[in-house]
Amino acid sequence: MDTLTFAYDNLDVIAARALEHVSIVAVAVSIAIVTAVPIGITITQSKRAADVVLYLASMMITVPSVALFGLMIPLLSPIGHGIGTVPAVIAIILYSQLPIIRNTYTAIVDVDPALREAGIGMGMSAAQRLRQVEIPLAIPVIMAGIRTAAVMNIGVTAIAAYIGAGGLGTFIARGISQSDPRQLITGAVAVSLLAIAVDLLLALAQRRLTSKGLARGAVA
Amino acid sequence: MIRLDRLTKVFETPSGPVVAVDEVSFELPAGEICVLLGPSGCGKTTTMRMINRLIEPTGGTVFIDGRDTRAVDPIQLRRSIGYVIQQIGLFPNKTVAENICVVPDLLGWDRKKSRARAAELLELVAMEPAVFMDRYPKELSGGQQQRVGVIRALAADPPVLLMDEPFGAIDPINREAIQDEFLRMQAALRKTVIFVSHDLDEAVKMADRVAIFRAGRLEQFATPDQLLANPATPFIETFLGTDRTLKRLRLVRIADVPLGRPGTVRPDDPVGRARELMQASGCPAVLVVDADGQPDAMVSGSRAGAVRGGTCGDCAEPIRATIPLTADLRSAVALMFAHDMPLLPCVDAEGRIQGALTYAGIIRGLSARGASA
Repeated sequence: MDTLTFAYDNLDVIAARALEHVSIVAVAVSIAIVTAVPIGITITQSKRAADVVLYLASMMITVPSVALFGLMIPLLSPIGHGIGTVPAVIAIILYSQLPIIRNTYTAIVDVDPALREAGIGMGMSAAQRLRQVEIPLAIPVIMAGIRTAAVMNIGVTAIAAYIGAGGLGTFIARGISQSDPRQLITGAVAVSLLAIAVDLLLALAQRRLTSKGLARGAVA
Repeated sequence: MIRLDRLTKVFETPSGPVVAVDEVSFELPAGEICVLLGPSGCGKTTTMRMINRLIEPTGGTVFIDGRDTRAVDPIQLRRSIGYVIQQIGLFPNKTVAENICVVPDLLGWDRKKSRARAAELLELVAMEPAVFMDRYPKELSGGQQQRVGVIRALAADPPVLLMDEPFGAIDPINREAIQDEFLRMQAALRKTVIFVSHDLDEAVKMADRVAIFRAGRLEQFATPDQLLANPATPFIETFLGTDRTLKRLRLVRIADVPLGRPGTVRPDDPVGRARELMQASGCPAVLVVDADGQPDAMVSGSRAGAVRGGTCGDCAEPIRATIPLTADLRSAVALMFAHDMPLLPCVDAEGRIQGALTYAGIIRGLSARGASA
């Protein structure tokens, strides 16, 4: 009851924190899409390159976020961004690489070879095949990777409150340091709800972007 | 016109070079269908793919209308050659119209013109454009998908068509229908077609020329009739099977074999008269004509031989079947078997009897064609 009252009394602050939270994730994941999708497409040309890149991206995701934030403090301090949103955004970009690269790569590699052959045989260039056939067919799986990245990084951003990035993690951090369960629970529930909302929104976008000719609901 | 000149492909494999196609040469006149036939791994598909440079030849040359294909950019070359594959390969993210218009769109055709062309082609295969243009491939049956696959290759009106076992994945009934449909289209369009198949019956039905491959070499290049009459090697003879003469029957039209001229008798003529006429004409039966001179029954040798006296009318049997001159020998033989007729009257378009087919005549006709082939 206390928690509900607290949440109700602080709705405006929660909304502001949530906006902060979602902005960090949105900016970072958008940048990650711009890097990871082309990388995922490029590595379809070479199995060895794909192995190396996917291995590196997998290693990246095993680094705990707290350790990553700690590492970035000395690296980014010279430019005055040792703490705050910049390291948070960078961390999310790095964490987003694996799900997006892997899904893009898998989706393109899995395009039916008969479609590739038909495309080549009819005189499509590699770029035309990519744009007209391979990417449209890969969209559901690429979007699934983006959803994974977004949801996962909403969690990571919560921890970024410790390096002063703001967001809903602030409630959790204060709840812990002040032994205040109201703030802790408010923060945790808000992060979960945000993750669910973002996932639903992206699912809607995925449906919009997928050709009607493809079976609905393809998941990685 | 397509000419292959000592076309060769050697694949480098970890276990050494493998000659997939070995100095294959042939010339296919414009407007004809050439079926590349042979067991799997014989080099027929590799040969076809070298024509649109999906595989680059190791040696030799492909000429299309006298032009060396190496002189043409491969992407431009492929846009000028229709291509149909067994797996169909319709793009699931594109509608039927978009699929058909892939090559016209690549060539930068006006959208109105290309969509009109798509509608025209759908009509050609009896698919209502208003219904099908905006459907997606997954909403079509297998046979409809295959038809769209074929008309997609025709969209930009290329003079040359490459078809890689195009009807291989369809059930036998639909396959017959789509083969017939393709032959009807071909009669009007006169494309130069290279058609890969491993099915002898399909080859005999579709081909103007058959190229038989074995282990990368071209064993024989001939019309289906020549091939079935005179297989060049023991391998081909085995490949064609012991029933190759039966397969030839569908290639020969009745008008192309010598017809017997059976004598005619009246119902009240003595049977002896029928026997005399059979001997004189060399036919195993005579026709019985009515008062107006119209044939309405026949007397066969076996029936006439079984009775001593009496008239032709006593041992006449009805004419159970006739066949038009335009039909093929396979239908004729089927009728003769089914009705136990030693002699099958052949009629022209007006239904007048122009002669009669006999077993001896069929055999003479087939061997005469075989000798001239």
